[in-house]
Amino acid sequence: MTIPAQIGRGMDRVDAHAKVTGAARYSAEHRPPGAVHAVLVGARIPRGRITGIDTSAALAAEGVIAVLSHLNLPKVAQTPHLIPSLAGTTAHGQSFFPMQDDRIHYAGQPVAVVVADTLERAEYAAGLVRVSYAEEPWVTTIAQGRGDTYEPERIFGGFVPGRIERGDVEAGLARADVRIETTHHFAANHHNPIEPSATTAVWEDSKLTLYDATQGPTATRLTVAQLLGIPPSDVRVVSEFVGGSFGSKAMIWAHPTLAAMAAQHVRAPVTLALDRAQTFTNTGHREEQEQTITLGATRDGELTAIRYAKTSPTSPFDDWAEPSMGPVNRLYACPAFEGVHHLFKAATMTPTFMRAPGEGTGAFVIETAMDELAHELGMDPIELRLRNHADLDPESGRPWSSKGLRECYALGAELFGWADRDPAPVTGAAREGHWVLGTGMASAIYPVYGVVNPQRARARVYADGRAVIETGCSDFGTGAGTVLRQVAADALGMDAEAVTAHYGDTELPTTVAAVGSAGAGAISAAAHTAATALRERLVGQAVTDPGSPLHGADPAAVRVSGGRMVRPDTGAGETYGEMLGRHMTFDAEALGEWAPPGGDEYGMATFGAQFAEVAVDPDLGLVRVRRMLGVFAPGRVLNHKTARSQLMGGMLWGLGQALLEATHMEPDQGRWANPSLGEYLIPVNADAPDVRVEMIEVEDRAVNPLGVKGVGEIGQVGMAAAIANAIFHATGRRFRDLPITIEAVMAPA
Amino acid sequence: MRPFAYTRAADVDTAIAEVARDSGSEYLAGGTTEVDMIRIGVARPRRVVDINDLPIAAIEDLPGGGLRLGGLARMSDVAAHPAVRERYPAVAESLEKGASAQLRNMATMGGNLMQRVRCSYFRDGDRACNKREPGSGCAAIHGVNRTHAVLGTSEHCIATHPSDVAVALTALDAVVRLRGPDGERTVAFDDFFLLPGDTPDREHPVGHGELITGIDLPDLPMARTSHYLKVRDRESYEFALTSCAAALRMDGDAVAEARIGLGGVATRPWRARRAEDILIGAPATAEAFARAAEAEMADAVPRSMNGFKIELAQRTMVRALTTVASRTGGGAA
Repeated sequence: MTIPAQIGRGMDRVDAHAKVTGAARYSAEHRPPGAVHAVLVGARIPRGRITGIDTSAALAAEGVIAVLSHLNLPKVAQTPHLIPSLAGTTAHGQSFFPMQDDRIHYAGQPVAVVVADTLERAEYAAGLVRVSYAEEPWVTTIAQGRGDTYEPERIFGGFVPGRIERGDVEAGLARADVRIETTHHFAANHHNPIEPSATTAVWEDSKLTLYDATQGPTATRLTVAQLLGIPPSDVRVVSEFVGGSFGSKAMIWAHPTLAAMAAQHVRAPVTLALDRAQTFTNTGHREEQEQTITLGATRDGELTAIRYAKTSPTSPFDDWAEPSMGPVNRLYACPAFEGVHHLFKAATMTPTFMRAPGEGTGAFVIETAMDELAHELGMDPIELRLRNHADLDPESGRPWSSKGLRECYALGAELFGWADRDPAPVTGAAREGHWVLGTGMASAIYPVYGVVNPQRARARVYADGRAVIETGCSDFGTGAGTVLRQVAADALGMDAEAVTAHYGDTELPTTVAAVGSAGAGAISAAAHTAATALRERLVGQAVTDPGSPLHGADPAAVRVSGGRMVRPDTGAGETYGEMLGRHMTFDAEALGEWAPPGGDEYGMATFGAQFAEVAVDPDLGLVRVRRMLGVFAPGRVLNHKTARSQLMGGMLWGLGQALLEATHMEPDQGRWANPSLGEYLIPVNADAPDVRVEMIEVEDRAVNPLGVKGVGEIGQVGMAAAIANAIFHATGRRFRDLPITIEAVMAPA
Repeated sequence: MRPFAYTRAADVDTAIAEVARDSGSEYLAGGTTEVDMIRIGVARPRRVVDINDLPIAAIEDLPGGGLRLGGLARMSDVAAHPAVRERYPAVAESLEKGASAQLRNMATMGGNLMQRVRCSYFRDGDRACNKREPGSGCAAIHGVNRTHAVLGTSEHCIATHPSDVAVALTALDAVVRLRGPDGERTVAFDDFFLLPGDTPDREHPVGHGELITGIDLPDLPMARTSHYLKVRDRESYEFALTSCAAALRMDGDAVAEARIGLGGVATRPWRARRAEDILIGAPATAEAFARAAEAEMADAVPRSMNGFKIELAQRTMVRALTTVASRTGGGAA
């Protein structure tokens, strides 16, 4: 298959100019006439009951229009039930809606909404709402809840079983010559996109329009409609610009519905924007977790068994854990595997998807354990991985739809200079002043999630030679709006510059929420199908049009380039526009619908190999990453520039996960201690090393029409492990807990 | 919202008079702390007097060889000034490691000295904080206190002083110039920052209406090889876990005089006088530096999460002093 011209090229982002000039309007910036502001008030205790709410001071404050609480907020029409947004239906982030009664289940749970004429007045009045509580016993951390765990039947919104077993683990461990057993602790994490979640709600009679920061406008529509008890067709969701998400906007939380309820109550458009601290308790998080692994292997490096367990807190409402056992189970051919999740009920909201959910932590465990095994065996880490290469999907036993991991190892090793590496930990040997240097690598895997609903788009060609591709998805920084043009352009035989993309609106054809790295696959399938249908229609019209130079041509032989249809036998042709104009037609359009085949012949996942070079100052506890290389095989690459940006961003996320990112609980308060960008540290430019991203294109005919496997998460998956393995190489020390802090590194071995 | 008045003063005397006549008035310089504090309701001025137009931003030589940094000199301007870079490199280095480029372009030297602590309990109106609300208690002592102080603390407050440049200025014996309703006076840097004791709400010996018009650096040849080392979780835009400003004067192979300031570990920019005294006459070796550093931290009080700072501060001191010793050519570290 040849790669068509428009798909793949590094076209500049179509929304770049609007974003950098401030012309882009985000959800909270839509200010319809008469719009007012709503501000949430969060619970100050982690568990208990509201004994009283005094709103008098808030209501008396200047500009305040209303204060809503469980005492006067309408009841939701239906109790929400958590379903991951990938299912394409309602996407409640948790099986709970706040302000329905006096119960408090977690700190920060909304207990009141203050509406005022300006944001400043609403914020001020929110501080005047006096809530009194009767606190009840609670736990929020593993240290507190470890003694009260249970084994859930299913996790991750029901997507994944809580326990996976295959083969005889006991026998496998018994015949192992070498065993590696490690325990890891992962701090809780928060997404922190640059745009906190926000919704502007506008009612016109019974019709509701929501300007919402979301990964899935349709998910917002269905979820809010269900909670309000109104037809989804009465809810329009507009989501043209979204300032990042990383999973925090993948599920539909309470605030869009609260905004709609507030707007109904005050009979005016309402903007409800979370502030930074509120995003820590209103849009989910990656849970704190502890993971243990036992690897058994023969002397020559063949894995004989893997035993794995994870313990983490979940909410009172849902059995949620990110499925960290996925990469542990699927990365290597191993005859025996046992993985089990343990949960305990904690006073937190339901954790949620956060970039590389499960893979980010699970890959750290398996990939640092594999490094440890390689060291124990005196074997090169890549060699060990090649010896255990999974030719089939270990989970299902099926062939992979495509893989490319061997090629990733090979290219990565070559580009990184792996062959020159001294395999032993080189403590003190590679030194640069106070810095000791080391290198490490890790594999990466991320599943290709199959979507279940039909994905739709509409393509339209105008007689002036321009085209439009329309689909309902949002672009939250991924480049979706740009690749839509490229995909449609290729299918239509046009230049991408002649195609405009309309997206981010439920009035447009429906696509699923862009989650789980599945967004590009879904929208490219829809756009490709629609644009291909339109081209076939137009070519079909031309070859049957006696007035067309193409009349009588074999439609399958007609080539379209630059919007001009040409019959190869004679070279004669005309443009779409010439043909439409001749028939006094202004435009032509086609709806395309791609129905996922839903087959189960293949194991489907994206793979990569990641490398890091670190400098460690053991005396001062400093770790600085010098160099990162990621080689990935994400199937068809729709746009090399935006794909590279996503992969690089994922790699920098991995750096943050390894060294910085942690949300801490107040031990005696049960609430997050550092809900700000000043205290929740992410890498800054000065931390960013030399990052190199390479992509190997593997052909995949199973995942979707264009063979797109996604780039949203895979960049992060192996990065933290590669960094930790490099730290071992530099220092001879294993740091098993994330993030790896100064105090850990400086402490005596 | 909480309304407050805003006025913009054109000259120093007017500004002082405006603030002095109303106990609810506060100066507004770069605003990088004050505006934050107002937004989160910790600062509740009735009136802010914008002093950005006042002619006290110059950096100028003092008779006798010192250097005056105007109270309104921007951090970025001071860091870039050739005289600062040449004669007081620890000051330039500490400034460049402070905050972010954007903040340094706004923040002033006087404002830097007056900045409030980063303790999250100070900034959270619902938590106990003796600094914000005297007598309410200190939530940090049993809270998340990884970044808190181990020196100069009391049972009432363990908040770390956040400034970088103040650490260098402390080490180099700078003098704060104040002007108020009753005229001008100077305060030695070491006296300008009060220990919390049982009055953590009182941070400076500054009367209401007094304004920092300048900071004087003395003529100090040993400062020409001074150095500021900052240890922090990330490479930029983050406060110090530990830091050290150091200067040495050598007499042959022996230390004749040492100036050491510590940051990130104390409730004020910490002048390490005990270490300085021990170093006089000592060889400029890592061993001697380590002995001095250990003595300096001997009285440190660790809390649940910040015990590592005691050791880290010593290593930071040793590293900074070693660097200075190599700069002065006297060290055999």
